[in-house]
This record gives sequence, structure tokens and C-alpha cells, in this order.
Amino acid sequence: MTGDPGKLSCAEFQMQLPELVGSGADATTHPHLQSCERCRALLEDLKTIAEAARQLFPSVEPPDEVWEHIESAIRQEKEGDSNPPVAPPLIAPPRQ
Amino acid sequence: MPNPFSPTQAPGRVRPSHETDPSTAAKAREGATPAPSGQGNASNGEILARAQAGDHQAFAQLYSLHKRRIYSLCLRMVGNVAEAEDLTQEAFLQLHRKIATFRGDSAFSTWLHRLAINVVLMQLRKKGLSLVSLDEATEPTPDEGPSRSFGAPDLTLTGAIDRLALERAVAELPAGYRLIFILHDVEGFEHNEIASMLDCSIGNSKSQLHKARLKLREALRAQNSQEEQP
Repeated sequence: MTGDPGKLSCAEFQMQLPELVGSGADATTHPHLQSCERCRALLEDLKTIAEAARQLFPSVEPPDEVWEHIESAIRQEKEGDSNPPVAPPLIAPPRQ
Repeated sequence: MPNPFSPTQAPGRVRPSHETDPSTAAKAREGATPAPSGQGNASNGEILARAQAGDHQAFAQLYSLHKRRIYSLCLRMVGNVAEAEDLTQEAFLQLHRKIATFRGDSAFSTWLHRLAINVVLMQLRKKGLSLVSLDEATEPTPDEGPSRSFGAPDLTLTGAIDRLALERAVAELPAGYRLIFILHDVEGFEHNEIASMLDCSIGNSKSQLHKARLKLREALRAQNSQEEQP
């Protein structure tokens, strides 16, 4: 790998991309992109995808029944806790 | 100019970090419904503390605060309404069982998301649908990634992407990639939050998000090229 960022191969540049993009730095100013149309196109596409993602899958409220089911299950669990199964006695009762 | 790769507040989206500032929490809450107990002045911290002490009304308030985000995450991951409802129910039941163990080492929202993610992943594994498990997705895979991008420079995505096409492509991503993409690019979590949720390094989160975007690019380019064929 060369130390000059402008002389990176595409493979070397793309190895650095996750960190470059993930760090929040402006990757578009990287020297490699000045001379590499292919990597410029890649970065542009990734940017387009990241921007489009913000419009995906609008968030929605769950229906009220979900809370009703949760409350019901909590109640059942509490009732189960307050009526624990009768454990067998540690010592057998004396025979009559 | 904002960095397009960084999760910024988009319309209808909540930044998770609002929890650190209770004064903005109400404003940031998406689709907030009135708190069930009517105790609107209590801070999130107070509500949490009461819920941890077993106060059912406080737990109902917590549900009200977080239901939309958890349900949306489940729905985005499984793509099925009935299943997402079941998963939401299970996530909040787990929360009810475990809430006393929350110690505040991370933001409550992050902790709750982690819990919900585990519920979702368990379901995906049960169904055998984890095309790539989360473990695989968060492990470095040197055979995948950049090299795939070298070919066909003439086939680039042009400008706007069709939303439905992208949603389809996201739905077809392996579960691990889909999860990281949804958490970061759709929901707006930061890499450090995702790393905490998924028990992976920040570098790993960045790397997997990059691979997810590369896979989406491939899928969209393939769709484009199919459409272009006579």
C-alpha cells in the first residue's frame, strides 16, 4: 500500500471507505476520487442509497390490541406468581 | 452541508439520543400518545424508576413512549404486520420481566432496542430465515466487500432511487445486514449505539453497514439492468 492517498489503488481506497464514510468525514474530497471515476460513482451511489433510506418504511403505531395482550399476559404471569405450584413436602408425612 | 452518510433527523424520525435530554423528549417522540396514567410531567427517568419498582401505570407510560419505535423496528425486520405485533408484545413482556435489571449503563432506549432485536433474531432463527445470521454479519468477511464494486462502472444508479425498489432490496438483504442498515440508515442510530445493541465493535458496525449498502447497490443495479433489457 502506498502512503500517498492520491496514489491508492481502487481496492486500497475501497478498503478505507467504511471508516472514511462512517467517521462522518467528507469522503468526496479524498485525493483518489480526483482521478477515479469508478470510485466516484460508487461513492455517489452509496450516498444516494443512504439518503433514500430516510424515506423508507414509514414508522407506524401498533394497534391497541397489542397493549391489551401485553396487559393480559402480565396479569397472567402475576397470577401464576401468586399461586405457585405446591411443592412436594421435603419429608413424607407419617403414615396413619 | 450535512453529511448524507450520517444519521440525521429526518421528518417523522426520532433521534435516539433525545433520551439524554428529557426536556426535548416529548417533542422528539414520534406519534406520542397521551401517557396512560395522565402523569405527563414526570421525566423519563422518574417513569423508568417507577416502572422498575413495579408501578404498572409507569410501565404503561414506558410502553406509550417506546411502542412506535419498537413496533416499527419489528415490522421493518419481518415485513409482516401480525408477526410484528407478536414480536412487539414479546419484547415488552421481556421488558416487564427484566426491567428491574436495567442499571443505566447505556441509554434505556438502546437497552430496550437490544432486547427487542434479540426477540426478532430469535424469531428469524426459529423460522430458519436468517440467510446470514447476525453473528456472521458482524464477523469480518474478507471475501466480500469492495472487490465486488470494481466491475461495470457504466452501471451506476442515477439520481433518485425508486423507493419501492429499495424497500424490496432491503427486504431481501440477509437479516444481519438488514438489521444494521435499518438501525443506522432508516432509524438513525449512531454506530456506537448499534455496537452496544449488537455487542460488536464500532468498526464492525461501520464495515457491515458499508457491506449492506454495497449489496443494495448491486441489487438496484441488477434491477436497473433488467429493466433496460428489451
